[in-house]
Amino acid sequence: MIGLQHYLTLSAMLFVLSIAGIVINRRNLILLLMCIELMLLAVNFNFIAFSRHLGDDTGQVFVFFILTVAAAEAAIGLAILVVLFRNRRSINVQELNTMKG
Amino acid sequence: MDFSHSLLSILIWLPIIGGIGLLAIGDDEDTTSSRSSTMRIVALGMSLLTLVLSIGLYKWFDNDTGAMQFVERFSWIPALDVWYYLGVDGISAPLILLTTFITPLVVIAGWDSIKTRPAQYFAAFLILEGLMIGVFSALDGLLFYVFWEAMLIPMFLIIGVWGGQRRIYATLKFFLYTFLGSVLMLVAFIYLYGQAGSFDLFEFMNVPLSMTAQKLIFIAFLLAFAVKVPMWPVHTWLPDAHVEAPTGGSVILAAIMLKMGGYGFLRLSLPIVPDGSAYFSGLVIALSLIAIVYIGFVALMQKDMKKLIAYSSIAHMGFVTLGFFLMWSIAASSGAGLGMTGGMIQMVSHGLISGAMFLCVGVLYDRMHSRQIADYGGVANTMPKFTAFMVLFSMANAGLPGTSGFVGEFMVIIASFKANFWYAFLAASTLVLGAAYTLWMVKRVLYGEVANNKVAELQDLNQREFIVLGVLAIAVLLLGLWPAPLVDMMNVTIEQLLQQAGHSKL
Amino acid sequence: MLNYYLIIVLAPLAAAIVAGLFGKQIGRAGSHWITILAVGLSCALSMLVLRNMLWGGAPSENISLYTWAVTDGLRMEVGFLVDRLTALMMAVVTFVSFMVHIYTVGYMRDDPGYERFFSFISLFTFSMLMLVMSNNFLQLFFGWEAVGLVSYLLIGFWFKRESAIFANFKAFLVNRVGDFGFILGISGVVMFAGSLDYAEVFASADQIAGQNIELFPGSPWNAMTVVCILLFIGAMGKSAQAPLHVWLPDSMEGPTPISALIHAATMVTAGIFMVARMSPLFELSETALAVVIIIGAITAFFMGLLGIVQNDIKRVVAYSTLSQLGYMTVALGASAYSAAIFHLMTHAFFKALLFLAAGSVIIAMHHEQDIRKMGGLKKYMPITYWTALIGSLALIGFPGSGGFFSKDLLIEAVHESHWEGQGAIYWIAYLSVLLGVFVTALYTFRMFFLVFHGEERMDAETKSHLHETPWVVTVPLILLAIPSAVIGWYAVEAVLFGGYFGDAIEVTQRHDVLGRMAADWHGSKGLVTHAIQTPIFWLAAAGVFTAWLLYLKRPDIPATIQSKVTGLYNLLDRKYYMDDLYIKGFAAWGRSIGNLLWKKGDELIIDGVIVNGTANSIGKLAGVMRQIQTGYLYTYAFAMIIGLTMLLSWLIWFR
Repeated sequence: MIGLQHYLTLSAMLFVLSIAGIVINRRNLILLLMCIELMLLAVNFNFIAFSRHLGDDTGQVFVFFILTVAAAEAAIGLAILVVLFRNRRSINVQELNTMKG
Repeated sequence: MDFSHSLLSILIWLPIIGGIGLLAIGDDEDTTSSRSSTMRIVALGMSLLTLVLSIGLYKWFDNDTGAMQFVERFSWIPALDVWYYLGVDGISAPLILLTTFITPLVVIAGWDSIKTRPAQYFAAFLILEGLMIGVFSALDGLLFYVFWEAMLIPMFLIIGVWGGQRRIYATLKFFLYTFLGSVLMLVAFIYLYGQAGSFDLFEFMNVPLSMTAQKLIFIAFLLAFAVKVPMWPVHTWLPDAHVEAPTGGSVILAAIMLKMGGYGFLRLSLPIVPDGSAYFSGLVIALSLIAIVYIGFVALMQKDMKKLIAYSSIAHMGFVTLGFFLMWSIAASSGAGLGMTGGMIQMVSHGLISGAMFLCVGVLYDRMHSRQIADYGGVANTMPKFTAFMVLFSMANAGLPGTSGFVGEFMVIIASFKANFWYAFLAASTLVLGAAYTLWMVKRVLYGEVANNKVAELQDLNQREFIVLGVLAIAVLLLGLWPAPLVDMMNVTIEQLLQQAGHSKL
Repeated sequence: MLNYYLIIVLAPLAAAIVAGLFGKQIGRAGSHWITILAVGLSCALSMLVLRNMLWGGAPSENISLYTWAVTDGLRMEVGFLVDRLTALMMAVVTFVSFMVHIYTVGYMRDDPGYERFFSFISLFTFSMLMLVMSNNFLQLFFGWEAVGLVSYLLIGFWFKRESAIFANFKAFLVNRVGDFGFILGISGVVMFAGSLDYAEVFASADQIAGQNIELFPGSPWNAMTVVCILLFIGAMGKSAQAPLHVWLPDSMEGPTPISALIHAATMVTAGIFMVARMSPLFELSETALAVVIIIGAITAFFMGLLGIVQNDIKRVVAYSTLSQLGYMTVALGASAYSAAIFHLMTHAFFKALLFLAAGSVIIAMHHEQDIRKMGGLKKYMPITYWTALIGSLALIGFPGSGGFFSKDLLIEAVHESHWEGQGAIYWIAYLSVLLGVFVTALYTFRMFFLVFHGEERMDAETKSHLHETPWVVTVPLILLAIPSAVIGWYAVEAVLFGGYFGDAIEVTQRHDVLGRMAADWHGSKGLVTHAIQTPIFWLAAAGVFTAWLLYLKRPDIPATIQSKVTGLYNLLDRKYYMDDLYIKGFAAWGRSIGNLLWKKGDELIIDGVIVNGTANSIGKLAGVMRQIQTGYLYTYAFAMIIGLTMLLSWLIWFR
């Protein structure tokens, strides 16, 4: 029987994967965006799992909100990425350190 | 017309409104245009009006009561029990009068010597005047703090915009130094608020405090006020600030802003933390005596006239703090009041004298664009009237009897003799040191053969400068020959303060 | 009488203000007329006051004018105490001042600062009157410093001269050293007597003497001794007693009229007056009196010696003033206050006369002051010659002259003051004043012979212009010569033995030397006829003879002596190296301390290390901190995650 903890384990694995993707990946900005999406997905998993477990539908409504926001965020992210590529001819994360103190 | 019930508010807000009005009139490239002259007349008119109104403060002031007078009290921030609470007694009224007296002189002194953005310059001074009166009359801790900090802003701008070569360094140093101290004062206020449940200064005075709390609060106050006074060793901002400030800025800084520190000791430290003050009085006396002797020697070697006067200010302010904190070292029944009165008079007198000295240097600077003593010599040959004034003020600075400079020093020396012979011995050394550094400057700047062509072409005082220095000279002599009116104003208050400070809160 | 006193004091002040502020409007003549009239009025009224005291039996008056300030139980007032001591001083001050005002018209005729000068000397008269007429310590100190101020302004009157502005600065500073002690003394009076008023302080004199003060832990001093010595330090400054004498010779840089008025007749005697005024206090401390007598004796003898080697005519007179002030101080120390005041009075006349005569010579010589370039002036300037002779004879104490009575009796008083347990002090004082007589006669007549007799050593140009000075100069000389010659004869009995001062001066039984001398007193005539039997007369005569021998008969001897004992000569010529000590020692030392504290203390330690050091270290810390800000997204993300993890684990395990 697949219970709550299995879902939570899966979501934790997804979350850690996405973190690893953000921290370890130093090449591609698109990969970063994807990792963020993956992170949000992990959160969504939790929401649904708990919603089901507690018998409260509010959690599932939240997931829809998050999905919408994630879509919008991805769109903006990609737009920024395009502009960035136009300006710098590169989407290499290693080269983006204008914030260095 | 009796407007005494709201006199203090008028004195505070009238110049501030005037200053805002000046900003609205704005500057004109052409300094002779009608807009420029309107602006100047408004500035002078506002400051004179404030002066005239402040006469009411003297006239209606009751010398026989130690209670607050001209009280105004409105709720300001009810949630925190903060009040717009004003009032004066014998220690704040003379300082308010000093403020309203000096400001018009500063406006006249800057009449046409300020070329860049004169409207903003005068506006800064008017706003500063209102804020300073606010500090002297605020009786609510938070209100006091607001005025105290707000005061820094116009001064910061005055030095930073109209200052000399190294003005940025000086103005930052000035700001950070004073700010550091006053932030600690805020911490003390918040602690006291926690204990008393109100920002009312009288609540602060009545709330019982443990010895540890008193010590800590005293240290916080000490830092805030010692920087302002300034006491050795937190004095080094003053020479820099003075040297870089424009003449008017130096005058206000020396004449009034330094008095905030002394006033703070009397208004806050002594009554709120009497045991803490008693515990640290030895330290303050030691620092004051160091200021008098050490700074006297340092002043001797200065090559820049403004710096010399700035250092002499520090030495003179040493008498103020010395006088205030003698009361715990005096065993005799009387004498402590003498020290405190002396300190107060020294504050007023130093306001007049140092203001006048800085104006004198300003007169020379306007003509020669140099403050270096070495660039001068034999000024007496070309500027006899100026020389007469400068010698008079120098003598006052050296504490000659008959001028106001003597009164405070005399009283403090007598009081310190009662405390300890060696205190008096060190304090009296100012008679020699003060004369040495002041008159050595006089000798090198005024006397002798004409030193160079620039000196030979100097013009004597114009009418405007003559009036400013003349008014100050009269004030200095009057206060020296008959200080009774001033002394009577503060006698009762100081007596009451002595009782308060002598009464343990433990 | 109050109105009289007010006019006496305020008339010169008003004249000084008018001449000072409106000098250009009222012109030169206006300036001198208004000041001369004011001081003349003041002088006339002072004489009237003195007359009323002497013959009208007027009582002494103690009037409070106005309250300066009252605080903490201490009344500070301004008022007049006019008793016989004051009346005498007022008469002397205003008379000499009046003479000097007239004289100035001639002396300063061509000076561009004419109006200013009159304003200053009138202001001086006012200040000096405030000093002598005071009834309390506060006003005394006011007058004390005010005369110092005017003296400063007048020494530096020719402010273009480097030497003049050096001298006035020095004079003010040295005086300030004295005032340093003085103000401490006044503070002590307030502490122990609780009042500034003379009458109240004197009334509680016993109470002061009964107290102790611990200057150093474990060694109590008598309060009266401390107070009196401190007050006397003030007198040392103003009356130029060793070692605070160095300013007086330099003060000769000022115009001659003020040398006569301020630095000979009046201001420098303020210290003597003050000690006499404080006699009820000084009487109660023999230690203080011993200090006074020793300081006086040193000044009287050693400063006189310096007069012998000086070549500037005014400086010779200046050193003689120092020496005579020493005499007065010795008398004070011997509790012969009346004798000191009497000598003060006669000295005021004859020394002012000598200075004005010297000024007259200087005018005639076209501002040449070196006596080696004078000589034989007798035939060109008869009035100056005869008046100067009277002055010189008075100075050396020629029997019958003013100086004779005061000095002779002063020395006699010192001779009498042989108290128990003070043998050494007595002998030092007595020998100093006795030998001082010889020295006085020597330098006085050295100057006199070199100026008025002998060969004419000036250049031809000067010689052709030599003539007697105008009447405004000579009339004051004559008017001063008269009291110099005769005042002693008439006044001595009343002042010294007739109880003239009444209760103005108090002497305890043990110290009452003049009282003891009164027993042997047989009138002025008796004293003059017995003069020849005293060593004083023979010492003076020997001095004059030596001067005659060395400077008229055998002018080659002094040069020989000078080359034989160069060490001694240099010692005298360099004024015992006192100036070097002060200038190269104290002044330079003070400046280097100032520099040290400024450069090392303020700039290096406080500003450099503490203030800017704090700023710099914050800057350095920030420099380290910024290394953490890599600018890479993943570093920030990683930091966030770590932080989040830590927060969560804290929530889970530690809450």
